[in-house]
Amino acid sequence: MGEVIVITSGKGGVGKTTTSANLGCGLAISGKKVALVDADIGLRNLDVVMGLENRIVYDLVDVVEGNCKLKSALIKDKRYAGLFLLPAAQTRDKDAVSPEQMQKLCQSLKDEGFDYIIIDCPAGIEQGFKNAIAGADRALVVTTPEVSAVRDADRIIGLLEANELPNPSLILNRLRIDMVKKGEMMSIEDVTEILAVDILGVVPDDESIVITTNKGEPAVTDENSKAGQAYRNITRRIMGEDVPLMNLETEETFMDKLKKFFRRS
Amino acid sequence: MAFDIFGFFKKKEPASGSVAKDRLKLVLVHDRVDCSSQVLEMLKGDIIKVISNYMEIDEEELDINITQTENEDHNGTVPVLYANIPIKSMHRSAPKED
Repeated sequence: MGEVIVITSGKGGVGKTTTSANLGCGLAISGKKVALVDADIGLRNLDVVMGLENRIVYDLVDVVEGNCKLKSALIKDKRYAGLFLLPAAQTRDKDAVSPEQMQKLCQSLKDEGFDYIIIDCPAGIEQGFKNAIAGADRALVVTTPEVSAVRDADRIIGLLEANELPNPSLILNRLRIDMVKKGEMMSIEDVTEILAVDILGVVPDDESIVITTNKGEPAVTDENSKAGQAYRNITRRIMGEDVPLMNLETEETFMDKLKKFFRRS
Repeated sequence: MAFDIFGFFKKKEPASGSVAKDRLKLVLVHDRVDCSSQVLEMLKGDIIKVISNYMEIDEEELDINITQTENEDHNGTVPVLYANIPIKSMHRSAPKED
């Protein structure tokens, strides 16, 4: 029986699509059959982050309106066995789909034998959000250690609970451990204390995300990427493994050592 | 004697991380109770109406707010409605009937 996981955040630009792409890809590499569903109708991006933008023929709206079969709209990612993408429609708006239709779609994907169905939720709390969560069994909330993102995450957690998706787990994205150490950024503990939810993973701020996204290859496949490592860990936790939070410490630079030397003297 | 050239540039105010945390905690108390300033104003008006039946209060100095306080188990905070209502004088007569 497959599991439908919605990736949401409230605020835009915190890394929902990047997280969806990396977790979907990570699960597929682990041998699971995964469907990535872009629920951001009108502003589709999961296709371009995955590097599959040139292969779209049909989209999610075509499927719910019955213009094509589900199978013909699913794009098979040739790089990773078992990974499929259902792109959003670009020229329609959120009202083109209803929560009931999304529930039906999620059920059809489960019937197709997918182990995981990852839904990339649009920003906001309106129709698009309601559609994206309608068929979900479980919710992951992505946030960054900034006041605006944490506030919106709190709102989303409340709305998820009101919609029978209690106990969402949190992914803290773009953490800068150097700034946390100086006290100039909220820590993992600060954010989890405020939001009172379980943390599923912490992804460090990492240039490799920009580089891999530029190329359309999720960072989870890059052995040398710190963020990729974080996503590999989160993938294993989703599959039920107990993996400790990774060490985010970076090596000291020459300037750090110099500062320490002067403080000691 | 310590020669702390980097300390010279250090700021005196608290680190911004804890400022962020404190500000968030406060704003979330309001967000979570879902009580807008408009609702708070209506509540204030109703409280004045009711209490004025029994005593004369200083409406200018009246302060009503939602804040947070430690819960009974001392392991978290709960929102509370805080009201500071200065009394000018007590009505001698019985409450007015409408």
